[in-house]
Order: sequence, then structure tokens, then C-alpha cells
Amino acid sequence: MFLINCPFCGEREQSEFKAGGEAHIERPKQPTELSDDEWAEFLFMRKNIKGVQFERWNHAHGCRKWFNIARDTSNDQIKAVYKMGEKPPVK
Amino acid sequence: MSKNLRFKSSKLVDETYRISFKFNNKTYYGYKGDTLASALLANDVHLVGRSFKYHRPRGIMTAGSEEPNAIIQLHDNTSRTEPNVRATEIEIYEGLVASSQNCWPSVNFDIGGINNILSPILPAGFYYKTFMWPKSFWEKYEYFIRKSAGLGKSPKEADPDIYEHKYIHCDVLIIGAGISGIMAAKMSAKNGLKTLLVDEKSFLGGSTIYDNSEFSKINNQITSSWLEKEINEISKLENLEIKTRTSVAAFHGYNFLLARENLTDHLPINQRENKIRHRLLKIRAKKVISATGAMERPLIFDNNDRPGILLSSAIKKYIDLYGVACGENNILFTNNDTAYETAMSLVQRGIKVNAIIDNREQIDSKLSYEVEKNNIRIFKGYTVVDTYGYKRINGLTIMELSKDGQKVIGKKIKLSCDSLGVSGGWTPAVHLFTQSGGKLKFREDDQVFIPNKYPSDQLSVGSCNGDLGLDEITINTVLSVKKFLNINNTDYKTFEIVTAINKSKRNIWLLPSNKILGKTKSFVDYQNDATAKDIKLALREGFRSIEHVKRYTTTGMGTDQGKLGNMHALGIISETAGTKMGEHGTTTFRPPYTPLTFGTIVGRNVGEFFDIIRRTPIHDWHVANNAKFENVGQWKRAWYYPNKNENMHQAVQRESKAARDCAGILDASTLGKIDIQGTDASEFLNRVYTNAWSKLAIGKCRYGLMLNEDGMVYDDGVTTRLDENHYIMTTTTGGAANVLGKLEDYLQTEWPELDVYLSSVTDHYATISVCGPHSKKIVSKVIPDLDFSDEKFPHMSFKNTKIGQIKCRVMRISFTGEQSYEINIQSNYGKSVWEKCMEAGKDFNITPYGTETMHLLRAEKGFIIVGQDTDATMTPIDLQMNWIVSKKKYDFIGKRSLYRSDTIKDNRKQLVGLLTENPEEVLEEGAQIVADIKKLPIEMLGHVTSSYYSPNLNKSIALGVVKGGKKMLGQKLIIPMENKNINVTVADPVFLDKKGERLNAKL
Repeated sequence: MFLINCPFCGEREQSEFKAGGEAHIERPKQPTELSDDEWAEFLFMRKNIKGVQFERWNHAHGCRKWFNIARDTSNDQIKAVYKMGEKPPVK
Repeated sequence: MSKNLRFKSSKLVDETYRISFKFNNKTYYGYKGDTLASALLANDVHLVGRSFKYHRPRGIMTAGSEEPNAIIQLHDNTSRTEPNVRATEIEIYEGLVASSQNCWPSVNFDIGGINNILSPILPAGFYYKTFMWPKSFWEKYEYFIRKSAGLGKSPKEADPDIYEHKYIHCDVLIIGAGISGIMAAKMSAKNGLKTLLVDEKSFLGGSTIYDNSEFSKINNQITSSWLEKEINEISKLENLEIKTRTSVAAFHGYNFLLARENLTDHLPINQRENKIRHRLLKIRAKKVISATGAMERPLIFDNNDRPGILLSSAIKKYIDLYGVACGENNILFTNNDTAYETAMSLVQRGIKVNAIIDNREQIDSKLSYEVEKNNIRIFKGYTVVDTYGYKRINGLTIMELSKDGQKVIGKKIKLSCDSLGVSGGWTPAVHLFTQSGGKLKFREDDQVFIPNKYPSDQLSVGSCNGDLGLDEITINTVLSVKKFLNINNTDYKTFEIVTAINKSKRNIWLLPSNKILGKTKSFVDYQNDATAKDIKLALREGFRSIEHVKRYTTTGMGTDQGKLGNMHALGIISETAGTKMGEHGTTTFRPPYTPLTFGTIVGRNVGEFFDIIRRTPIHDWHVANNAKFENVGQWKRAWYYPNKNENMHQAVQRESKAARDCAGILDASTLGKIDIQGTDASEFLNRVYTNAWSKLAIGKCRYGLMLNEDGMVYDDGVTTRLDENHYIMTTTTGGAANVLGKLEDYLQTEWPELDVYLSSVTDHYATISVCGPHSKKIVSKVIPDLDFSDEKFPHMSFKNTKIGQIKCRVMRISFTGEQSYEINIQSNYGKSVWEKCMEAGKDFNITPYGTETMHLLRAEKGFIIVGQDTDATMTPIDLQMNWIVSKKKYDFIGKRSLYRSDTIKDNRKQLVGLLTENPEEVLEEGAQIVADIKKLPIEMLGHVTSSYYSPNLNKSIALGVVKGGKKMLGQKLIIPMENKNINVTVADPVFLDKKGERLNAKL
């Protein structure tokens, strides 16, 4: 079970958090302008990589804030935690 | 009893405290400190069980948690009976009752033993291969196979014991209190670190605690005495907590571990009353030191599984720790020096050691000379080729090994014995390390896997790290712990180690035999009866991956996870396949390390604490008025209120009729309520609902439908504009938390520029819904100051008002299609306002109704229930709710998805009404809907989602989803049931009051 360093509350058990999938997928500003394929790209396609993955997490049983983490999916090491809107601090 | 197998002055056993216990209905005696295994051995009982597949007689093999054979059924009391308990782990207590499992009618005469004779036709994969054909016969075989398989009996009653969970946070957790664990604990605690030391045994010191020979010394003291002093010292340390009988079950990432602390299993039954049996420790440690030791390996030869064959180290442990001899005429069979220690322990007590069979041709250690001095024959370069004795070993034959170790040569020599100790060297216990994600490396010298890469802040020390000699253990433990904990000074300066053990070893995974392999039974996995032959067969049949061989042969798949034999399986695979050991890796060790009872896993979360229960503020009234409840999420909702003798159907029919004919009252407090404020609140609602919200006037209510980004219906409910920048949204009961989470998600991540704040107020308000043609009169009596006229208070509007001094909100909204008022009031006034409504409605036959009636009434109106009539594949268009999807709005969540190629298809499943040909026939929810039953296979068009008998329409009504259903109005369809086909007609989903006149009906 992870220990996640919530940027607002500090280190907490994973059970307080909810995972929200891949990060940095921006909702298109003008969905109506998009083709089916382009919309499907946003809606369904996720990288699911082995290695450092950027993902959204929510401190659901805490401050309720969303934030991002960079997690190595091969060993679950969390490389960085950063706020929404910020650029990932690691590659 | 003629044999004397009990010897005095052992380390653990208190000879002044005699304990009686029962095994297979016979009474035996042991002493305090005995395990069930040691007590049975002292009574000369070796046969304790039968093997899983061949039902071969099996005995005690080890003295620890790795035991594969001696698994027993504990307690005959039906509620406490527990299968698969290792006799080697249970400490005996007054009143213990245990029996063999996996045998019938008795362990001495087991009918399943026929499988042993049939074994040539029961190879690996036998069940997979045989019971496949013909396919339809599986059902017939299954009963018998299931009956003959399985280990032990599960209890049939609820577990009466108490369990609990506890969180522990520490700087350093040390797993295993053997010599290296003790040393690590001392270093850690003395340097100010909060330290927890756990061990699965009842005593500290591991196997070193009985290392009391003259040939093993630390700083001029006998090793066990040196260790005892260390234990004495650490037990006084303030920073150190020591937990015995505590077995680490799981080592997860981020140094999160689960351990079971066993508190009462060793106590006499009458002392366990009201005590916690097991405690599941949830440990979060900054640093973890594994000192889990090593396990002795068996040797793989023909008939290596008879009762009386034990690990050599187990024999030593039984005599040194418990004062129990496993036999009067012992033979030891080894490929390394440790069996000589066992021989010396036996000899010193005057117990006969007939011979030592050693694979090695050259043996050169102080110990072996000592053994020879005691006139024990040593057969150098020999191997055992067979053993004799059905229920207890009584002899064996040995032959000389060829130079390359691949063959046996020369003449057979027969030797007699009543106990055989085997030693194939040591396997570091890396199970927990690999569970945590650690990677192993293979050490060629002595053919062991040792920790290589640590996935978290952890360290392995002692023999689990591959340091098998006393000198390596002491020196390396100090060095590595100092570095790991970043400490400079310890009490350990230099070590003067005396050890008589020479590390030479001749490793042969599968010992050669004079017979062909097919005629031998060389067990690799004792518990699952997997033999060397089975593994080779798997390889011949093309299996290469160790994970596949494991599953095909079931090697390592027993309750012991193959702790003894897995290494040999790997060895045999690599020898047969001609590959290197390290290349195959190992199979995955998964938690728990040793089995946990369900009681331990669930802790206090049983019975009424199984899950959180949410009750509405009016709950007590419902209970007092005979309501039946249903669970909706965590809520207890009143389901229906039966009068005397009424069944559910009768009650619901009565309630439904009353709600339309006079008045009904519903507790709607469970609906999710979200308070929405901010200057952009209207814009926000525009984006999250499918319909338009900007123009909703203050004081008005509107029904809204919320989609997922994929266009599928997610939730619905009425939202009311309380003020310019203030709304209150209602959600479905089950969806409340998820809707709030989803809205927060969009606000925080996609639209942070919006000035909107959300707060859940579900629990803050009680919601009482009064409906029916008399509802207006009733609420007018409860709130006389408020003008309820249709002009002042029309449908879909809201008023702030007061009941007495208490502020409340009244919404005129309807989920039943009747004129209907919802009173929202601070929770703690809920019950009294409900009672006021009941009082006011007395003259109007006000009838409380539950969720079942609510569902029926809304179905009459064709109103959907999200999650019942929808299932995350329904768009609003599929629901025939085009009217609620704004064409004008530029965007809302899910809008773009509503015209994807898939969502615009004509033949999607669409919501329709269904009327049965026979109006008395009520359909089953979930039943399939088809059109043509002649053409096979029958095409499934959809299914029934809601179905009721309507007392207001006097007929059966149903909602369902049907492919292309929108265009099928009036068409006949068929609901095929088990015994009959039911004819239905597709209808409009609104069955009652299509024009909505009842919303303003006047009586």
C-alpha cells in the first residue's frame, strides 16, 4: 500500500486516496469541432506504460483535492507529487 | 508405552506441567511448551495424515511453519473447528482435540489409499486430461472429484472468537528473532530508534538458541549461552517492542506489512473467554530488517515421504528444544555437514545413530571426526535408493554414487532404522523479500537464491541473506545493520567464532536410483503429491516456464506454497532442460506467508459492523411502524410497511393505491444533496447537465440529467435555484458521493477558472415527500402560514418558510406524477415534522410508503431509475429523453459523444414500455426479450429493467430496453421463460396520465 505525500496534507495511507487515471489529458475546449477519431483519442486512449507514468489522484477521504503524481509502474515508486496545472518535475 | 522417547532438561518443555490432549480420539500426554508435533512424536505417533492425491501415509516432516505433511483438523467443536493447521505450529494446551484430515474412514485405514496403487494411471495433469471428455460429463465427475479432493472441513457456524486490527508505526521492524534479528534489534533500539521485533515462534533465539554444542562458540561462550545473554539484555531495552507468536503474513510496497499476532491459541480453552484471539497488525515501518532465517532442504529419492522421515534439523530441534527423540534407531542422510550436528545431539543423549549416509566422497570437518569417534558408520559417496515401511519407515537401501553423481553403482546395502533425517542443505527464506518486490540472484557455490535488489528501505541479514555460517552471520549482520541504520557505535566489536562446520556440499537435485524414473516415487512437493516424474513429464509435454510447470504439476500450490520442494523443482527443470538455474527465476511467492483465518482478516468488521450503516433521521419511526428495510448503498431505506398479515405484494398494492387516491408520505432523506454556490454556479450547471440552466428563475426547480463524457447517463435529480448564485442539487441515493467527486474533479482540473464551491449537505436535511390529491391540504395544515395555491406555489417551484421557529425549504416537485411537496428541514427536526404530517394527514388516509411503492409509482409514469433502467450503456436518446438534451448549448459533459458513429446507430437498445398479453402476468426483471424463437440461435433483443403489477391501472406494466425499440411501438415480442413464452406488446413507457394532469389535480 502506497504512502502518498498529498501536496496539501502531507504523507497519508493510500486508502485515503482515489486514483483518477492518466494525467495531462486536457478536455478539448471545442469538442464539437473534433472528428469521431479525435474525440475517441481523448475519450478512450490511454498510454498505460511500463515506467514513469503521470497520474491523477484525489485525496478523497482527506482534503478532496486533486493532484498529480509521477509513478514508476514497474516498481510503484512515486517519483514526484505535484499540483494540478503544474508541469511534471521529473521526466 | 515401552519406548522412552522423552529426555529431560530440554530448553522449552516444562516437565512439571503435564497436559492431556486428544488426537484421533485417543488421549495422549505432553508437557507445557510442546507443540502438537513434539508431543505426538514423544508418544511415538508418526502417522498423522494422508497425502492429498495418493492418500499415502504421512508423518511429521519439519518443526516449523514450512511443514507440508502434518496438517490437521483442530477442535471438534463445530464453530471453532479449523482445517489445515500445522501440527508443528500448535502449542498444546489442556483440552486440545485434533484429528487427521484427508482420510476416510481413518488415518490407519484409508480407502483413498487405493490411489497409491493406481498411481501409474494418475500422472500430472490426470484430471485435466481425463475429465475433459465428453464435455457434458464434467457435472457428473465433479461431485466425486470435489469430494475426494479438498483438505479438511470448514466450520459450519459463525466464528465465535474475537479478532482485531491494529496499526503500528515504527522506525525499524525486524522480522525474525534468531541470532541476527536479536543483534539487529539491539543495535537499532540502543541507537534510539523505535524498534519492533517479531517472531512466529513462542520463544526468541531461532535455531541458534539450541546451538549448545562444544563445537560452536562465540567469544569463548557456548553459542546458545551467548545468545541467551543477548536476549536478556534486549528484553530490558525501552525502545524495543518484542512480539512473539507473531507471523508476518505479507510484505507490501512502501514497507507496509501485515502480521498476525496470536494471543490465545496456546491457552487452555477455559482461559480464552472474552479474549482477543488474533490481532492483525498493520505495520508501517520506516525501515525493515528481514532476519527470517533459512529452511533445510529435503533430498529427493524414491519413497522419501514415509512417516519417520524428517528433516535432519527437525530431529535436532525436537531433541534439543523439546527433549523428544524421533526414533530409537536413527539414520541421517545428508549432502552437507549440518546432519552431523544432529548426530552429535542424539549421541550426547545416548540415542542410537545407526549410520550417516553422505553424498560427499570427501568429508573433512571436526564434526565428522567427532561422529566417527562415536562409532557411527559414515557411508561416504552413497545415496539412499529406497525406503521401507508403509506407516512408518523401518529400513532403507543405499548404493554408491558414481563419480559424476548421475548413477548408482555397486551393491545394494540394506540398513534398518525407525527414523531417517535428511538434509539437502539450506534455502534462505526469501519469501517475504520477494513479496515486497525484491529481486533475487542465484549463487552457484551452494545453489541458493539470495536477495539482490531491494525495492524499498529494507535489508536482509543472517541466513535469509545467504550467510549460513556463524562467522558470516555475526560479522556481516553488524556491518550491514550499521550501514543500513547509519550508526557508528555498537556493543559488537570483534567476534571470536568457533564452529566445526565445513561448508562443503554435494548438491544433486534428483538423486539417481537403480530403478527407472517411472517406477519411483520421489516426492518434490509432499503436500500436493508432485513427484520428480511429474515434473519431467511436464517438460516432455512441452512446458518450459516454471510458472507453467507449477500449475500443471501443482508443485508448490499447497497451503505450504512448496516451501520445502520448490528449489528441487527448479533444479530438476534446469537439469532436464539443460539450462542454468538462475535463468528460470523462481515462482512468485504471494501473501500470506502462512495462511490467515478469515476472522483475522475481517477483524471487528463482522455482524452489525460489517459495513457502515446510514439511517435517516426518521428511521426510528419506520421501525416503530413495522417497516421492512432494504439496503441502498449504506442506507437503510424503508421498503414497505406491511399491515398485519400483509405480504410485500399486498402492502405495496395498498400503498400505491393510497398515494394516488388520497395521500402518501415518503422519507426521501437519503437522496444526495449538494449545495452549490458561486458567481459561476449557473454556468457550471450548464456544463454538467444536458439541459439549459442559465434562465432558471430564482425559486424554481428543474430536473437534470448528467452524463459521463462518453455520453452515457450517469445520474439525475432535481436542482433548485435558491438564489442568484446559490443552488441545491439532488442526486440519486447511491450516486451522491460519486457525483460530488465528479463535479469536484471538473472544477479542480478542467475548469479551475469557475467561481463555484460545492458542499455535501445530504446528512444536514431530512426530506419528507407528501404526495397525492390530498397532499396540498396536508402540507397546508403543517405549514399554515404558507400560501400553497397553484398560482403562488406552482409545480417545479420552491419556498423558504418556517415550521414554528424552524426554517425549512419546501419544493413542489414530483417523482410519482402526483401533486407532491418535499419538505426539507434540519435533520434533527425530521422525525417531528414527519409525525406532524402524519397527524395532519390522518383524515385523508395518509399512507407511508417505501421504496418499492416509489418504484412502482414512477414506473407507471415511465420515469427512469438510473442504475435500474440504465446500465452505463444508455444515452438520453436511448431513453427516449431527447427533450432534455439541449440543442442550443455549445458544450456539456458528454455532448460530443451523443453523435459518435456508435451512439447514433438505430439499433441501439432503447427504453420502451412493455404490456403483457395477459394483464395479470407480471414479468421478471432481467428476463430476456426476443422476437423470433424459431430461428436458432435466438437473437436477444434486450431485457426487462422494471416490472410491476399496477393497482392504479389494474394491469401488469414493465419497462425494458430493446434493440431499435423506439420504432417498435405496437409490435409483439416474446419473453422466453423456463416453462413458457410470455407474449408482450411494445408500448409507450408512460402508462399513466400522459398529459401530466394529476400534478395539479383537485379533488
